[in-house]
Amino acid sequence: MLKKYESILIPLMAVLSGLLLGAVVMLVFGYDPIWGYEELFYTAFGSVKNIGEIFRAVAPLVFTALGFAVASRAGFFNVGLSGQALVGWVFAGWFALANPDMPRPILILGTVIVAMLAGGIAGAIPGFLRAFLGTSEVIVTIMMNYILLYFSNHIIRDVFADELMKNTDSSINVSANASYQTEWLRALTDNSRMNIGIFFALIAVFVIWFLFAKTTLGFEIRAAGLNPTAADYAGMSTKRTIVLSMVISGALAGLGGAVQGLGTFQNVYIQSSNLDIGFNGMSVALLASNSPLGIPFAAFLFGALQVGSSGMVRAQIPPELVNVVTASIIFFIGVKYIFEQLLKSKRFAKGGK
Amino acid sequence: MTHDYVIEMRDITKRFGEFVANDHINLNVKKGEIHALLGENGAGKSTLMNMLAGLLEPTSGEIVINGQSVTIESPSKAAQLGIGMVHQHFMLVDAFTVTENIILGSETTNAAGMIDLKKATAEITALSKKYGLEVDPTAKVADISVGAQQRVEILKTLYRGADLLIFDEPTAVLTPDEIAELLKIMKVLVAEGKSIVLITHKLDEIRAVADRVTVIRRGKSIETVDVAGATNDDLAEWMVGRSVSFKTEKIAPNPKEVVLSIENLVVNENRGIPAVKNLSLDVRAGEIVGIAGIDGNGQSELIQAITGLRRAKSGKITIKGVDVTHYSPRKITELSVGHVPEDRHRDGMILDMTVAENFALQTYYKEPISKNGILNYSKINEKARQLMEEFDVRGAGELIPGKSLSGGNQQKAVIAREIDRDPDLLIVSQPTRGLDVGAIEYIRKRLIAERDKGKAVLVVSFELDEILDVSDRIAVIHDGSIHGIVLPAETTKQELGMLMAGGHLK
Amino acid sequence: MSLNLLALLISQMLIYSAPLIFTSLGGVFSERAGIVNVGLEGTMVIGAFAGVVFNIEFAEQLGKMTPLVAVLVGGLVGILFQLIHATATVIFRADHVVSGTVLNLLAPAFSVFLVKVIYGKGQTDSIRQSFGKFSFPGLSKIPVIGDLFFKNTSLMGYVAIATAFVAWFVLYKTRFGLRLRSVGEHPQAADTLGINVYKMRFAGVMIAGFLGGIGGAVSAQSVNINFSATTIVGSGFIALAAVIFGKWNPLGAMLASLFFGLSQSLAVIGSQLPGLQNVPAVYLQMAPYLITVIALAAFFGKAVAPKADGVNYIKTK
Repeated sequence: MLKKYESILIPLMAVLSGLLLGAVVMLVFGYDPIWGYEELFYTAFGSVKNIGEIFRAVAPLVFTALGFAVASRAGFFNVGLSGQALVGWVFAGWFALANPDMPRPILILGTVIVAMLAGGIAGAIPGFLRAFLGTSEVIVTIMMNYILLYFSNHIIRDVFADELMKNTDSSINVSANASYQTEWLRALTDNSRMNIGIFFALIAVFVIWFLFAKTTLGFEIRAAGLNPTAADYAGMSTKRTIVLSMVISGALAGLGGAVQGLGTFQNVYIQSSNLDIGFNGMSVALLASNSPLGIPFAAFLFGALQVGSSGMVRAQIPPELVNVVTASIIFFIGVKYIFEQLLKSKRFAKGGK
Repeated sequence: MTHDYVIEMRDITKRFGEFVANDHINLNVKKGEIHALLGENGAGKSTLMNMLAGLLEPTSGEIVINGQSVTIESPSKAAQLGIGMVHQHFMLVDAFTVTENIILGSETTNAAGMIDLKKATAEITALSKKYGLEVDPTAKVADISVGAQQRVEILKTLYRGADLLIFDEPTAVLTPDEIAELLKIMKVLVAEGKSIVLITHKLDEIRAVADRVTVIRRGKSIETVDVAGATNDDLAEWMVGRSVSFKTEKIAPNPKEVVLSIENLVVNENRGIPAVKNLSLDVRAGEIVGIAGIDGNGQSELIQAITGLRRAKSGKITIKGVDVTHYSPRKITELSVGHVPEDRHRDGMILDMTVAENFALQTYYKEPISKNGILNYSKINEKARQLMEEFDVRGAGELIPGKSLSGGNQQKAVIAREIDRDPDLLIVSQPTRGLDVGAIEYIRKRLIAERDKGKAVLVVSFELDEILDVSDRIAVIHDGSIHGIVLPAETTKQELGMLMAGGHLK
Repeated sequence: MSLNLLALLISQMLIYSAPLIFTSLGGVFSERAGIVNVGLEGTMVIGAFAGVVFNIEFAEQLGKMTPLVAVLVGGLVGILFQLIHATATVIFRADHVVSGTVLNLLAPAFSVFLVKVIYGKGQTDSIRQSFGKFSFPGLSKIPVIGDLFFKNTSLMGYVAIATAFVAWFVLYKTRFGLRLRSVGEHPQAADTLGINVYKMRFAGVMIAGFLGGIGGAVSAQSVNINFSATTIVGSGFIALAAVIFGKWNPLGAMLASLFFGLSQSLAVIGSQLPGLQNVPAVYLQMAPYLITVIALAAFFGKAVAPKADGVNYIKTK
C-alpha cells in the first residue's frame, strides 16, 4: 500500500527534513525557528504582490527543471543549465533590443525561438561529444557554464551596439513590446513582476508531459535512459536520442533564461557568476523526481521559499538560511536511500511483502 | 578420515532462498593431486568453490582442512588457510603493474609506509622461476596477454602462501598454446607439493592433467573416480544424465529453402580474441536447428553477430538472400527476424516500463501502434492484453511495470512479442530458462508450430533435453565452431555431452 | 620584455596557482579512490570562510603566523565539510554529482549566513595579516634567477608545488597510495584482497576536504583579503578541470594548475604585456575551461579516469 505513495512520500520527507535541519540551525545560533518560519510564510503568502512574485520566480525554474528532467530521462546529467539559460537570455535580449518596434506577438515569438535556438545549440555540444566520442557530459557541461559565461559577458561588453547600452555592463531596458510583463498582470498582482512567462512555462509542462506520455521520441528517450542495451536490442539509435534530448534540454533552459531576462529584469547585463536558476532548476527537478507534472509544484515551493526569505529579517534571521534549507532538501533527496529503507521496514512490519 | 586429504567438503548444502545450488555434496582433495570438478552449466561447481574461497558460506555441512573443521568467512581467511582461487573473470587492476597487483593487500613496507618494491620484485621473480610462471614484473596488466594475466593471478595466490589452488574454468579465454602452457604449469605446481582443484567441462583437459575427477550434476555429486579408470562416455553420461524427459509431439519436418546462411564466420569477443572461429551453418524454412553447447563457447557472440549487435570480424551472414553481415539491428529485424535474447532482464525488456510498453518495443514506431510519432496507447494495451492471454503471461495486468512479473513470465512475454510478429527467421536463446513444466511444454509447442508454418527457427540452449526435444537437427558448438551436426533420433545425450566437451564424432 | 615584468608574471602565476594546486591535489585523491568530487568549489568557499574568520579573530595573538595557522584551520573545516559528501556517497549511495552539487549550494549559503550572524553584515572586514610578498632568505640574492623566482613572490605557491611532490610520493610509492588507487580502479578486487573499500574512500574524500579547504583559505588570504559571497567564483571548478587535464596525476594536476593560474593572471595583467594587449581578456578567461573540454574530447572517452570513479560500491555476499 505504501509503495504507491512512495513517489510523493519521499520528496515530502526530504522537504520536511530540510525544514527541520533549518530549524536546528536556527536554534543552534539562538534564533527562534517558529518565528522565523512564520515570517517566511506570512511574507510569501501575505500579499498579492508577493504571490505574484512567487509565480514570477516559478516560471524560469520550471523551464530549467524541465530541461534537467528531459536530459535525466535520457540518462544524462545536464549540469550546464546555467550556461544554456544565459545564452538564451542574452540572445533573446539582443533580438528584442535590436527590434524594439516589431509587432508584439511576432517579437515575443521571435525571442522565444531565438532563446530556444541558442540554448539548443549550447546543449547539442555536450550531446554530440557524449554520443559520438563518449565524453562525460558532467564535466563538459560544467566547463561550458563558464565558457558561456565569459562568452556572454564578452558579447554584452564588446559586441552589443553602443546605443543599446546603458553603461558598459548593462543594456537599456527592452521596449514594452518585448517585455514579458503585461499591464493586466501588473494590475492583478499589485505591480509584481509576474509575467507571461508563467503561461509559457505551463504550456511547456504540458508539452513535455505529452512528449513522454504519448510520443515515440519520448518512448525512445525513456528507453535509452532506463536500459541502453535493451534499447539497442530494440533497434533504437541511442546516439540520435542522446543528441536530441540534449537539444531539447538546452532549448528549455534557454527559454527559461529568456523568461528571466525579459520577464524579471527586462534587460541584459554582465553576470559575475553562474545564473542561480541553473542549479535551482536542477534542485527542483530532483525534488520532483524528474516528473513534468510534479515540477511546477516543486518550483512553487522553491519560489515561495525564495520570496519569503526576505521576511525572515523581521525575525532577525539572515535570509541565507533559506538557501541552507533548500540545499539540505536536495541533500535528503540525494540520500533518499535512507527513506527508502525506512519505508521498506515499515512495510515489512505491517506483515506485507 | 584419513589425513591424506588436504581439503574435505562434507555434506555441503547451499541454498539461495528456495533454490538449492549444492545438495549434500561431498568432495575431498588429496595432497599433491589435481582434482577435476566436472559439470554442466548451472550444476553448482562455482558455488561450491566460492565457499572454499571465502566468498560464500555453506547453509549446512562441514569444511575440514588438514583434519580441522573450519569456517571460511572471507577471502582473507581463505588465504590464511592456504587456499587461493584463480578466478574465471580475473580480479586484476588493469592500470597497475604485475608486481602491484600481486602484492596488493599484502605489501611489504619500510618504516615510512613506503613499499619495498625491490624486495617484492625479488620475491616475485623467485616464485616465478620456481614454478615456471613467466611474467614481467614491471609490465602493466592491461598490456600483457591473457595467458600472462592468468599467470599473475596464479602468482597472487602463491605469494600469499597458497597450498591449494582452485582454477575456475581457466582455459575459457586462452589460446591452444596458452592452454598447453597452463597444463604444464599445473604439473609443476603439484610437483612442488601444491594441490589443485580444476573446474572444467572439457574432457581432454581432464585427461591431460587430472588424477581424480568429481562429477556434479544439478547440485549433487554423482561420482568421484580416478581419471585413468573412466572412459569419456562414462564421464559424459555422469555429466548430463541418462534420463529422458517428456517429448513433444511433432510431425516430420519439411525443410524448404535456406533462410539463414552463415559462412566462415569469425567474431571477436570483448577482449579482441575470436569467440566464433570459422563457423558455417544453414537454417532452412520449416526446420528447427538447435545449437547445443556449454556456455562460453561462442554462442552469445554468434547470435549477436546474426542479429546485428556485434560486428563480425570476417565471414558472411545471409538472411533470405540478403547479405546482412554489417546491417544494424533494426534493419535485420525488418527483414522479418525475431530474436529472444538469452538475458531477458538486460537485453529483452526494460523492466521499469510497463508490460504493455515492453510488448511494443519492436513495433512502437510503426502503424498501427503509432502514427506520425504519436503512440496509440489503447492499441498498445489492447495488444498486450491479447498476447498475455494467448501466451498465458500471468501478472496483475498489462499496466504494471515489467519488473513486477516473475522471471518465467518475463520470459514468456518476450517470446510472445517475438513470435507474434510472425518472423520468417526466429532466433531464441535459452527459451525455457526459469519456466515451470506447463510453460515449458507450451513454449516448445509454439516453436514447433512456427516451424510447421514454414518458418526457420534457430534455438540455442544449454539444456540438452530441450535441444533433443525440439530440434530437427542439432549442431554442437565447441570452442567457436561446429563440432558436429546430428539428428536427434540418431544420437544420445552422452554423444552430445562428449561433443560439447570437445570430443569428436566416431 | 623587461625582467621586472617577467618576475611579476611569475609571481602572479604562483599566487593564482597556489589555491588551484592544493585543491586539485585534493580532487586527485578523492577521484583516485573512486569518489567524483564536483564539490571542490564549495569546499574552497568553506575553507576561505574559516580561514578569514580565524584570521580576523586571532590576528592579534598570532601576528605574522596568522595566515599559515588560518590555512590549517581552513583545511580542518574542509575535512568536516567533505564528511557530508563522504557519508552521502559511501554510506548512503547518493549520486556523486548530486552530493557534490549540494556542497556547492550549501557552502556559500551557510558561510554567508554565519558571517551575518557573527558580524552582522554580508561580508567580513579585510584581514590585516595576509599573504603578502615573500622573499626567500639567501635565494633571493642570486642574480637573475633570484629576482625572477625567489624575490617578492608567493610563499604558498612553493609550498603548493612541494605538496604536489609529496602527494605524488604518497600516491605512487606508499602502501596507502596503492590501496587507495586499487579502490578507485577495481573495488571488488581490492575487497577480495582484504582491503576496506569504504574506509579507503572516506580517506580519499577527507584528503580532498583538507586540501580543498587549504586552497580556499590560501586564496582568500592572498587574492581577496576578505570573505563574501564572491570570494571564490569558479576556482573550484578550474581545480576540477586541472585534475582532469592533469590526468588524475598529482604532478599533472600541479602543472595544469600552474598553466591555468598563468592564464588567470594573464587575464588580469595582460594589458601590460606586449603582444597580449590585443587579445581580448575573454579568451584568457575561457581558456582553462575550453582547453579541458578539448582535451576530454580528445581522450575519446577512453579509460583515463580511474575505472571505478563515480560508481558506488555495494558489497555482495
